[in-house]
Amino acid sequence: MTQAQTVRQISFIQAINEALRQEMHRDPDVIVMGEDIAGGGEREDFQDAWGGPMRLTKGLVNDFGRLRVRDTPISEAGFVGAGVGAAASGLRPVVDLMYVSFYGVCADQITNNAAKMHYMFGGKVKVPLTIMTGIGAGTNSAAQHSETLYSIFTHFPGLKCVVPSNPYNAKGLMAAAIRDDDPVIVFNNRQLMGLRFEDNVPEESYTVEIGKSELKTQGEDITLLGIGYTTRVCMEAAALLEERGYSVEVLDLLSLSPMDEDAILSSVKKTRKIVIVDEDYPRCSIATDISALVAEEAFDYLDAPPKRVTPPHTQVPYSRPLEALFVPTKEKVLAAALEVLE
Amino acid sequence: MSITFGRFSNQPAEFGKFGFQKLNWHAVIIAPNLKSISAIVPALRRGVEMPYEELNKESLLWMYETMVTIRRFEEQSRREADAGKLRGMHSSIGQEAVPTGICAHLNEKDYVLGTHRSHHHCIAKGLDINEMMAELLGKSTGTGKGKGGTMHIADINKGMLGANGVVGSNIPVATGVALTAKVKGTDQVSVVFFGDGASSQGVLHESMNLAGIWKLPVIFVCENNRYAEATPFEYSVAGGSVANRADGYGIPGVTIDGQSALDVFEVSKEAVSRARMGEGPTLIEAQTYRYQGHFGADDPLGYRSKEEQEYYMSRDCILMLQKHILDGAYANETQLAAIDMKCIEAVNTATEFANNSPFPDPKELITDVYVTY
Repeated sequence: MTQAQTVRQISFIQAINEALRQEMHRDPDVIVMGEDIAGGGEREDFQDAWGGPMRLTKGLVNDFGRLRVRDTPISEAGFVGAGVGAAASGLRPVVDLMYVSFYGVCADQITNNAAKMHYMFGGKVKVPLTIMTGIGAGTNSAAQHSETLYSIFTHFPGLKCVVPSNPYNAKGLMAAAIRDDDPVIVFNNRQLMGLRFEDNVPEESYTVEIGKSELKTQGEDITLLGIGYTTRVCMEAAALLEERGYSVEVLDLLSLSPMDEDAILSSVKKTRKIVIVDEDYPRCSIATDISALVAEEAFDYLDAPPKRVTPPHTQVPYSRPLEALFVPTKEKVLAAALEVLE
Repeated sequence: MSITFGRFSNQPAEFGKFGFQKLNWHAVIIAPNLKSISAIVPALRRGVEMPYEELNKESLLWMYETMVTIRRFEEQSRREADAGKLRGMHSSIGQEAVPTGICAHLNEKDYVLGTHRSHHHCIAKGLDINEMMAELLGKSTGTGKGKGGTMHIADINKGMLGANGVVGSNIPVATGVALTAKVKGTDQVSVVFFGDGASSQGVLHESMNLAGIWKLPVIFVCENNRYAEATPFEYSVAGGSVANRADGYGIPGVTIDGQSALDVFEVSKEAVSRARMGEGPTLIEAQTYRYQGHFGADDPLGYRSKEEQEYYMSRDCILMLQKHILDGAYANETQLAAIDMKCIEAVNTATEFANNSPFPDPKELITDVYVTY
């Protein structure tokens, strides 16, 4: 058997779909709800019309029925809040918040209820809620359908935040999120969604541990830190740097809360230089947070100040040439790395 | 199936059933025609035990004891607040009948969700008042180990899924609790209390819509105490009725006299039955009155007249229930006095328990943030 035959390549969308299907088989308490999660409402002839706006839930309604796969009205505060209540009373709901920008109409349910109930009630109530949401620019979708915003949720104690970067960890993190007893938000980048990767995605169910980063490549000269889509950008930039003779370490953060601080610090203590690549807005961001962590905890090891590559403090533009200037690119990461290295 | 009961209509209001005088609400109260409700919704309960099925000596005395316990607990809470031991004490005095009449039909597996003003919901749902008073004082023996306080009392073992400090915030959560009952196929009921102020929050409308299309076993209970903080009901609620808003979502909405424990008992019995039978949600607007200010330190006479207060206080829910019990000879004055004394002693015990309990250990600052992290 050749190696090509042993590698099972599926898309990011298929990976999430597979995780949802396997978890729903595994645990009858898992339900999924959101806008057009099946599509067609209760029309018998049009069941599974969409299977989710990103097709993440395609086919689930056929397998599990409408009791567990629920189309909702366009009513985020209502159904995200219902997800909180369902979680607190014995289900493991997965709620689809189509785009993260829509958090604005349901933030109270996430930050005041999901995040706080466990603490306020003395640890006696659990909220095993999973929210999956689409993030990221680069799809010509303009300012209200292109944000990243994971830093906002990472700010809140009580929430866990994960950002998969490929189909393998998308599947494993989704399964881990559903099985987790705390509220977890899974941020899925839309530029990654249609893509297949070289990674092998096992058909059987597995989890990727929440709170652990992954070292993509080991190197000696510089650490490139990526989050979700920007891990891909870091890998491309690393190839360019390798061509120039540098030994590059790429760290895929994967989890923002909890954050794998040990892995970040041990990598930077080895390479003595770090470029943090983050697609979220630059103020009060994950990149800023990691930069502060490195400065505070590894200052004596650094050969150069931590460097951040982020969009500018602006909205995501619609026009394609402008939008291309917003998202971090391999060229920008290369330039930042060379600045740090030289 | 189209069910309508107790809606606003042009029918003459049926007052005085229990000997109470006609009210002078800005919005007209229609006392529900109990017989006709029963005719529409037969009380099929699929063998579920409801703690109190009928108005009889047992249920009346349970309601009386519950309401007096609430009143004494709130009076003591005010004293503790005045002594500087807690802040932001939202008193429920005057509103005792509403949760009492409803919780009479709920068992421990049913859920109640509350508001910033929720001590009465908790007591009516059977929470331990020792633990409640300890929570008010921020003690480690409290319902939430002192981490939640007066606005966040919960006890999942008793089906109290929490008071909530954000106005209206618990309404969709309660809808989700009802979804759990539907998905798991249980006959549990979810009851959410909110005020007239919360009736203006979008989440009420989103939740009534969701519960309407999904036919969820949730009961939306608006305690219309006439004031959203310092803003009167007639100013902030367009159309002059919360119950009427149910019409738009195809669910029954009923306005009742929230000062009458008997009216609350009878109407909520039907609402709970509907929910258990899978007939879907009900909206109950219980007209009541908050005797004290919004949070204690404010003087309500800054926004309402003394005459108005005296009028509503003349229809005190405990005195009205007491009169019914005595008139019907369900108990005599000596027996009621014994219940009063029992309630006072229970609150005294709770106060002593709370004051003698230790504050949380410093390590509790960072525990219970997550289940695992």
